[in-house]
Amino acid sequence: MSGRLLRSGGVLAKERLWLRSRRTRARMVHTVVYTLIVLGAVVVFFPFYWQVSTSLKAPADVFRWPPLWIPIPPHPENYLEVASVVPLGLYVRNSLIISSLVIAGALLSCSLAAYGFARLRFPGREAIFLVLISPMILPWAVYMVPQFVLFQKLGWYNSYYPLIVPAFFGSPFHIFLLRQFLLGIPLELEDAARIDGAGFLGTYARIILPLAKPALATVAIFTFMGAWNDFFGPLVYVSDQRLFTLPLGLAFFQGSPRSTIQIHLLMATSVIIAIPCILVYFFAQRLFIQGIVFTGLKG
Amino acid sequence: MAIRSSGTVTRRVSLRKREALAGYMFIAPAVVGFVVFVAGPIVASLVFSLTEFRLIVPPRWTGLANYGTLVRDPLFWQSLNVTIRYALAALPLGLVCSLALAVLMNQKVRGIAFWRTVYYLPAVISGVAVAVLWTWILNPEFGLLNVLLRYVGVKGPHWLGNTRTALPSLVLIGLWGVGGNMVIYLAGLQGIPTELYEAAEIDGAGSTSRFTHITLPMLSPIIFFNLVMGLIGVFQFFTEPFVMTRGGPENSTLTYMLYLYRNAFSYFRMGYASALAWVFFVMVFLLTLAVFRSSPLWVYYEARGGR
Repeated sequence: MSGRLLRSGGVLAKERLWLRSRRTRARMVHTVVYTLIVLGAVVVFFPFYWQVSTSLKAPADVFRWPPLWIPIPPHPENYLEVASVVPLGLYVRNSLIISSLVIAGALLSCSLAAYGFARLRFPGREAIFLVLISPMILPWAVYMVPQFVLFQKLGWYNSYYPLIVPAFFGSPFHIFLLRQFLLGIPLELEDAARIDGAGFLGTYARIILPLAKPALATVAIFTFMGAWNDFFGPLVYVSDQRLFTLPLGLAFFQGSPRSTIQIHLLMATSVIIAIPCILVYFFAQRLFIQGIVFTGLKG
Repeated sequence: MAIRSSGTVTRRVSLRKREALAGYMFIAPAVVGFVVFVAGPIVASLVFSLTEFRLIVPPRWTGLANYGTLVRDPLFWQSLNVTIRYALAALPLGLVCSLALAVLMNQKVRGIAFWRTVYYLPAVISGVAVAVLWTWILNPEFGLLNVLLRYVGVKGPHWLGNTRTALPSLVLIGLWGVGGNMVIYLAGLQGIPTELYEAAEIDGAGSTSRFTHITLPMLSPIIFFNLVMGLIGVFQFFTEPFVMTRGGPENSTLTYMLYLYRNAFSYFRMGYASALAWVFFVMVFLLTLAVFRSSPLWVYYEARGGR
C-alpha cells in the first residue's frame, strides 16, 4: 500500500519536476514522513494497549477468538484481585525501601566524588577519575561471582545490604554525569564562599549541591529506574519470598503454573510495575532526556 | 587563587595540601567502592577461576583445569554461539533502527513532541515487565501477534517454543526499545549546524549525499558511544531469556550470561563460573578495544577550541 503510493509519487515527481514548485514536493515528502511516523507509533504503542486491555478483561475474555479488542465492560477490580494472589503490597513496600535507600546513597556518594574531581586539585586526579569510571565499559559479569562470595561471607545473603550498600560507594556513570555538570558551573560563587571562610565541606553543601539540583534530580531519576526495575540483584541475593521486590515477584508469578490462566492478573501486575516509571518519565521528561543526552554527547 | 594565597610560600603549600587532602576525602567513598566491589573482585575472580570452589567448602587449587573443562563443554560453545548470533542481529539492527527513527523524529511535523514520547515510552519500562508482556504477545494461541496474523489467514508459529524462532523473537523485543538510543541520536542531529546543510545544498548535493557526507560523519561520535555501550549490553543479555524461555527450547536462547548465572547461582560452581567470566571479560575487552582502535578510521571529531 505505502509502497505503491511511494512509487506513483516518484513517477509523478519525475514527470512534473519542473512544473511543481518546491513547496508542493516538500508537502508530499511531509505527508509520507507523517504517515510513517503515525504508523510506526501505532505499532510501538499497540503492545501497551494490549497489556492494559488484557489487564481489564474478565478471565474468560482473555482467551477468545475473535479477540475482545476493547474490554467492555472493563474489570478494574482485577487490580484489587492481584493482591489476593500475590502479596502485592509487600512487594511494593520492599521495592520502595530499596529504591529510596539506593537513591539516597547514589546522590550522596556520587556528588561527593564529583565535587572532588571537578573542583579540588590533588595529585593523580585525572588518572584516578579514569580508573574509577572504567566500569562503565566493563562487563559486571566479571566481578559478580566474587562480589557474591564477599557478601555471602559477610552474612548479607538474603538481605537488602548487597543491593543498598554499594550505592553508598559511588557509581561510575553518575559520578561522570555530575562531574560533567559541575565543570560547566562558573567558579566565582565558590570563590566568594571560600573568601567568606567556608571550608570545602561547607562549599559543597551550601554552594555546590543547590547549584547541581537539576543534575542531582537526573541522577535520582536514573537511579530510581535502575533500582525499581532491577532484576538480577534481587534474583541473586534474595531468596525469602517476604523480601521479594516487584520485578522478582512478577517473574515468580510468571513462572508459576497459575500464571497461564491468570494472564489478566499478570498483565495488571506488569502495569503496576510500569506506572511509576511512566509517571516519572512524564513529570520529569526534560531532566530525563537531558541526562541521557548529556552522557551520550559528552561521553 | 593567586591573589588569596599572596602570603608566605609555606602558607600556599599548606593550602594546596589541605585542598589535596580534602579532594582525597571527597572521592574516598567512591575509591573504596571501586576497590572493594570492582577491582578486588576482578582479581579474586581470576584466582577463583583456577580453583574448584563450591561455596560451602574452601576453594581447592586446580590450576587451569576449569579452562580445560570449558573448552570441552558443549554448553559453553552453545551459549557463546547464541550470544554472538544475538549480538550480530541485535546490535546492527538496533543501531540502524534508532538512527532511522531519530532522522524521522527530526522532521518538522505537527505534534512531534508527542510522537517522540510515544517512541520513547518502551525504553522507560524495562526488564521483567517487558519480558512478561512480550511472553503474552507471543503466546501461540491468543497472543497479539498470532491473533493479527490469523486475521490475514496466517497461522503464526509458537514463537518462543520453536528453536528457529525463539532467538529472533528476543531480537524483535529488543527493537521495541530503540527509543532510548533514538533520543541520543536526535540530540546529535539537532546539534549539527544548519549552515553545513545549506552550503552542501548550494554545492548541489542531494539528500542522500547530504546524509552520508554531513549527517553520518557528524553523528559518528554518538554512533561510537552507542556501539560501545550496546556491545556490552547485548553480550550481557539476561533478563528476557531468563524470564521468557529459561534458555530453551533446546538451549536455543541460552545466552552466555544465563549459562554463567546457572553455574554460579544454581549449581554453585563458583570456580567454573569465574573461568567463564574471565573468558567473557577477555572477549568483550578485545571487541571493545577493536572498536576503539578502529575509531580513527570512521569517527569524526570536530576540533574543539578552549579547555
